[in-house]
Amino acid sequence: MSEPVQRIKAPVRLGYQVVAGRDLSRFLAGIAEGRFLGKRCPSCHKVYVPPRGACPACGALLTEEVSVADRGTLTTFCVVNVPVEGRAMKLPYVYGSVLLDGADIPFAHLIQGLPVEEVRMGLRVRAEWAAALLPTMETILCFLPTGEPDAPFHTYQEHL
Amino acid sequence: MLRPLTRDVAIVSFAEMPAVRREWERDEVEMLVPVITEAIEGSGIGRKEIGFTVSGSSDFLTGRPFSFVIALDAVGAWPPIEESHVEMDGAFALYEAWVRLQHGDIDTALVYAFGRSSLGEVRDVLAMQLDPYYVAPLWPDSISLAALQARALLDSGRATEHAMAEIAARSRSRARSNPNAQVAGAFDVDALLAEPYLVSPLRRHDCPPISDGACAMVLVAGDRARRAKTQLAWIRGIDHRIEPHALGARDLTRSPSTALAAERAGVSAGAVDVAEIHAPFTHQEIILRDALGLGPDVDVNPSGGALAANPLMVAGLTRVGAAARKIMDGSARRAVAHATSGPCLQQNLVAVLAAEPEAVR
Repeated sequence: MSEPVQRIKAPVRLGYQVVAGRDLSRFLAGIAEGRFLGKRCPSCHKVYVPPRGACPACGALLTEEVSVADRGTLTTFCVVNVPVEGRAMKLPYVYGSVLLDGADIPFAHLIQGLPVEEVRMGLRVRAEWAAALLPTMETILCFLPTGEPDAPFHTYQEHL
Repeated sequence: MLRPLTRDVAIVSFAEMPAVRREWERDEVEMLVPVITEAIEGSGIGRKEIGFTVSGSSDFLTGRPFSFVIALDAVGAWPPIEESHVEMDGAFALYEAWVRLQHGDIDTALVYAFGRSSLGEVRDVLAMQLDPYYVAPLWPDSISLAALQARALLDSGRATEHAMAEIAARSRSRARSNPNAQVAGAFDVDALLAEPYLVSPLRRHDCPPISDGACAMVLVAGDRARRAKTQLAWIRGIDHRIEPHALGARDLTRSPSTALAAERAGVSAGAVDVAEIHAPFTHQEIILRDALGLGPDVDVNPSGGALAANPLMVAGLTRVGAAARKIMDGSARRAVAHATSGPCLQQNLVAVLAAEPEAVR
């Protein structure tokens, strides 16, 4: 026993059953119907998609349910060049913030259907839905270009 | 004239969610919004007037990192607010708010806590707070550690299983008048003692329920507090102390950190009408009563205590809130509140609440 012990292995594994909450459950139910549901803050009138328990600016419970479009504007994005454990995506790929038409908070998802070097701010995109609509985020496969002209910067500059 | 060492701080409002075994429907923010709203509205202070916000919770319970940041949605943090968090029971967040109010530049603070013990296996989750080299790799669960402490106390001759069952029966009987309690009812001590051990020498009734919950409290300080039109619960003393991390280095039958915190908070400076003690396990109430120096005439845990509802990270702040309510409704003039955190009462906080601010000036 002349060698000092310099490290030990102490594996930790804990299982959890996550509760989505009322608002996120409602959103996921909407996804299973092929639509995006948001909620409007009664105080500042911003529409959150997905809805969240409360408006983070006002601390108020969100009240009015709002259905928003499944298309919108790419506000900002990043090109992923590093493999992520558990995600077998061909590199490089683009992960971007999509401001759905009618929403005030961008929504993060995969941007596909065009070469990585052509992805740009203001690109108009639409959701590509899976054939089977299930209450999971995987039901939205990715966002694809719509072919519409790019949105002018001023239409989304408040949402970056 | 000597300048006072501390600024007077008082509890002006407290709100809590009824504890439940498992909150299936709501997320943390949805649980918090009603209690934070109730506490702020009850304080008569505008939401935007709150000078400091601090919370107590644990990511190990929710199973995701930075869950306290998401919980800030329930506060309304825009324009940016001054905010802090402790990875501990909300009672220790209360201590931070009390210290912050001593600076003198702000007069109001919001303290809140949330805990969801139901999402993971809480007996195992709590092993993560143990010494990571020699103890945690053995995965001693929280009930087994409490059982070691109970066995030591029984062996010392200062407790009996009968006395422990009496504490369970009394707590859950008192809880019948607490609408936020989770386990309440009339229990026969002999029938409880006929039950099998869960982890010897603890039976099921010796252990707290697994609870989800949330609570919030608003504090006011200085002249602003003195102008209040409602009965406040003044914090006459507050202190917290810690014991060695190594369980083997402690006498588990005693709580010297509680005794020291009680001394510093001034528990013995006057008669105690009511005490809310955070004792998740029956035998711990015996240890804590000794350490706090409470006589037999003190009304202990009229709320039912942690044996009636034990949302982790919340139950300690709830003791302070329950004691404050007794002052606010006029049924007590002076109250003691205690909160604990860590295995086998490792960390302890004691607060003395009273109907009047410190008289000496």
